[in-house]
Amino acid sequence: MVMTHPDSKTLVAIYEKMALIKHSDDRVIGAMKAGRMVMPYYSARGQECIPAAISVQLTDEDYLVTIYRGVHDMLAKGLPPKLLWAELAGKVTGSCKGKGGPMHLTYPSKGCMVTTGIVGASMPIACGLGLASQLRGETRVTVANFGDGASNIGAFHESLNLAAVWKLPVIFVCQNNQYAEHTAYATGTSAAKISDRAASYGIPGVHVDGNDPLAIYNAAQQAIARARAGEGPTLIEAKTFRFNGHLIGDAGEYIPKAIYAEAVKNDPYPRYRSWLVEHQHASEVQLDGIDAAIKSLIDEAEAFAMSSAAPDAIEVKRDVYATEIA
Amino acid sequence: MSETQAELSPAAAKAPAKVNMIQALNWALDDAMSADRNVIVFGEEIADPEGGGIVKISQGLSTKYGSRVRSTPISEMGFMGAAVGAAVVGFKPVVEIMLMNFVAVCMDQITNHAAKLRFMSGGQTHVPMVIRTMTGSGFQNGGQHSDFLEAWFCHTPGIKVVMPSNPADGYGLLRAAIDDPDPVIFIEHLNNYWTPGEAPERGKLIPLGKARIHRPGKDVTVIGYSRSMLDIPPVAEKLAKDGIDCEVIDLRTVQPMDMETILTSVKKTGRAVIVHEACRSFGVGAELSSRIHEALFKELKAPVERVASEDSPVPYAPPLEQAFLYTHAELEAAIRKTMA
Repeated sequence: MVMTHPDSKTLVAIYEKMALIKHSDDRVIGAMKAGRMVMPYYSARGQECIPAAISVQLTDEDYLVTIYRGVHDMLAKGLPPKLLWAELAGKVTGSCKGKGGPMHLTYPSKGCMVTTGIVGASMPIACGLGLASQLRGETRVTVANFGDGASNIGAFHESLNLAAVWKLPVIFVCQNNQYAEHTAYATGTSAAKISDRAASYGIPGVHVDGNDPLAIYNAAQQAIARARAGEGPTLIEAKTFRFNGHLIGDAGEYIPKAIYAEAVKNDPYPRYRSWLVEHQHASEVQLDGIDAAIKSLIDEAEAFAMSSAAPDAIEVKRDVYATEIA
Repeated sequence: MSETQAELSPAAAKAPAKVNMIQALNWALDDAMSADRNVIVFGEEIADPEGGGIVKISQGLSTKYGSRVRSTPISEMGFMGAAVGAAVVGFKPVVEIMLMNFVAVCMDQITNHAAKLRFMSGGQTHVPMVIRTMTGSGFQNGGQHSDFLEAWFCHTPGIKVVMPSNPADGYGLLRAAIDDPDPVIFIEHLNNYWTPGEAPERGKLIPLGKARIHRPGKDVTVIGYSRSMLDIPPVAEKLAKDGIDCEVIDLRTVQPMDMETILTSVKKTGRAVIVHEACRSFGVGAELSSRIHEALFKELKAPVERVASEDSPVPYAPPLEQAFLYTHAELEAAIRKTMA
């Protein structure tokens, strides 16, 4: 693969999205540990550069579908932090009026179409979004996120096959964090690489270091160009790690200590920050400024969430059908 | 979308007086696709090169509408999810699940996604799609090709359930289901496909959630839908000769259920019998019986009766298949029991 080197502005934009995801995640976990928030929260800490490096190449028109571990995908695509935090807190001011929570984040005006709590279910829906663009003759693309475990469920096979035979403009992004809930990759997955499975559908399969924004950027650039040109889907496997277990409260006893230590050593956030400074794409001062601005944005988001009202009980009857039925 | 005569296909002008369900549903799909570019149709073998569907309901549509009508791989989970995705961004997909039992392999997309996205997104998205499917015993299709599973969907808030009994209703209800902003499962009965009935009025929609009084009467309210509407009328006519005057109601839409029409009738008759092909326990009959008892307990002259199939898988051997389904004699006995 010929590597494109994005300009400094783009590289810093990727950092900005990564910082937003990381700082928001740190703060959510802090709020949970302090007892200010209670929820089933699936942290994506460690995976932030995947959506960051992809989303800088997408527009608000492009569609995104993700899964329960998808807060990072949604933030990178443009879900406003205030609406995220209010939704996590179960408030009526949340993006879904407090009716969806962390597993069902939705914000169509930025293309954040569906978040599913069902492993693998993002992929068939992505095919439908891609079909819609294709039938309308649009150039917009759909990004479908899922994990390594989801590549073993039937929806993966059906979706990649359908997208291939219909040449749908979908980019299937497998964020391989090496654990399907508590099950290690090799215990449940027969293929050496998930990207190898693309060959059986006759579509490109690309394996990249999911902690390397440049590698992800390049793989996504080609996949997006291919989709926009009507040439069909691509499977990207981005190998990464999740630092906070399956969900908060999972102590991760099933992860060997040496593997965990090695993964933390490869934490993409400090690694990318140092790289940007070292290669003079940004100064420490500039990045400190970005971090400070994001932290104050999250201060505002948390304050907004905490001070917002809970949904009224009547909401349980609303949005079940277009018009309430007896 | 306006429904002018000009938008209808030329066939409308010379429609025969009697047609069957297959013709009526084909017209409904054709007219809906012609009226609204967002209507798309897909399913297994439904395009013309693959035969236009196993009973040819979609025959001619792919030739007329091109890529808006597609045969899919045998991937119910894949294409059901694709319908959900397309519906979320404004298409009105009509997907065909060849036989109702096959919904079992794509229930996740139906119950966890189509039914719930409106609610879980706080109303930001919704899923205006129709799932058309067919089923029914009596064809020796055995335990995995014959079930009536409407109760599964009635028990899933967010979905509507439509079950027509005749061609004219089939046309009007399918058009309304396609126009509806919520996901609708539209269940057809194999037994009803070839029975001629009144031709539909092309372009006329029948609102969902409205039952139809098939036969007015004063003694017993007999409520059916889908296939049971082939069985109830002859029994009602037979009983009329013995002086039992049945009021026969065709639910047409099972969820939402037209309680106003049902309760008005039962208030008048004081008696009710519910008839469906689905197995008896935990079914639509149980729900409807409960609602009638809750609303009219003191006015009932007899407990509400249910006539339904055995609580068993649908068998293969013809004598067993007959033993599975209710008989006209059982239906007659249930009605007479309420009069005793």
